[in-house]
Amino acid sequence: MARHLTRRGALITAGAALTVAAIPTSGLADNGVRALVMEFTGGVEPQAGRVTLDLPEIAENGNSVPLQVRVDSPMTAEDHVARVLILAEDNPRPLVARFELSPLSGQADVSTRIRLGDSQTVTAVAAMSDGSYHMTARSVVVTVGGCSG
Amino acid sequence: MSTPTPRIRLSATSVAPGEVIDIRTMVSHPMETGNRVDPDGRAIPRNIIQEFHAEFDGETVLRAGLDTSVSANPYLQFKFAPSHSGTLTLTWRGDDGFEVVAEEPITVI
Repeated sequence: MARHLTRRGALITAGAALTVAAIPTSGLADNGVRALVMEFTGGVEPQAGRVTLDLPEIAENGNSVPLQVRVDSPMTAEDHVARVLILAEDNPRPLVARFELSPLSGQADVSTRIRLGDSQTVTAVAAMSDGSYHMTARSVVVTVGGCSG
Repeated sequence: MSTPTPRIRLSATSVAPGEVIDIRTMVSHPMETGNRVDPDGRAIPRNIIQEFHAEFDGETVLRAGLDTSVSANPYLQFKFAPSHSGTLTLTWRGDDGFEVVAEEPITVI
């Protein structure tokens, strides 16, 4: 269980799920990641659970790291994922992507490929239609960084 | 310079009601971050795709706001559960007036 998300070093917590009831965002890197999360949630502290973020434990090529974010949700009009935010704490611009979904999505399941400049923690925050927020994070070791030329 | 043709793969284009379609897309684009310099030391300006929009008969299925941390030739895979037959429109928009639009007919049997 990772209570403190350190910026440096390889925090390899293979498959470890964050099991605390609420994830204190004070543990997030202070390069603006906490501010981005709070801006996304309107100040509401996100809860653990429901969000799964799949990334390789070790990325050989930081230019193209496969990422999949899934959120456990029926995706009905009454209960669905509205938005998902992806953050890479150590990248030159931590905000990686912002997804808007709808009940037409059927399932909250989006994949893409991202650049990671060095080993770091990637965070996913989901905004639910009921106004709640859920968050998870994964650490990735990057052997060859992908943000500079 | 011609606009690139996006690569789109749908798991099905004819589905039963309630069935979920898997959609994979990729479009050629350098997603230049603005951090790189050319061999003469001049900064290469940022040039990225900023938005991807999948809509079905006017309703949003997925909207993706992308920034410089998304890899070149951006790949996006997502799900879609059509409620009726119609047209799925995929749009990519980016810097320097970049715009690519594709349409996929979907049938619900």
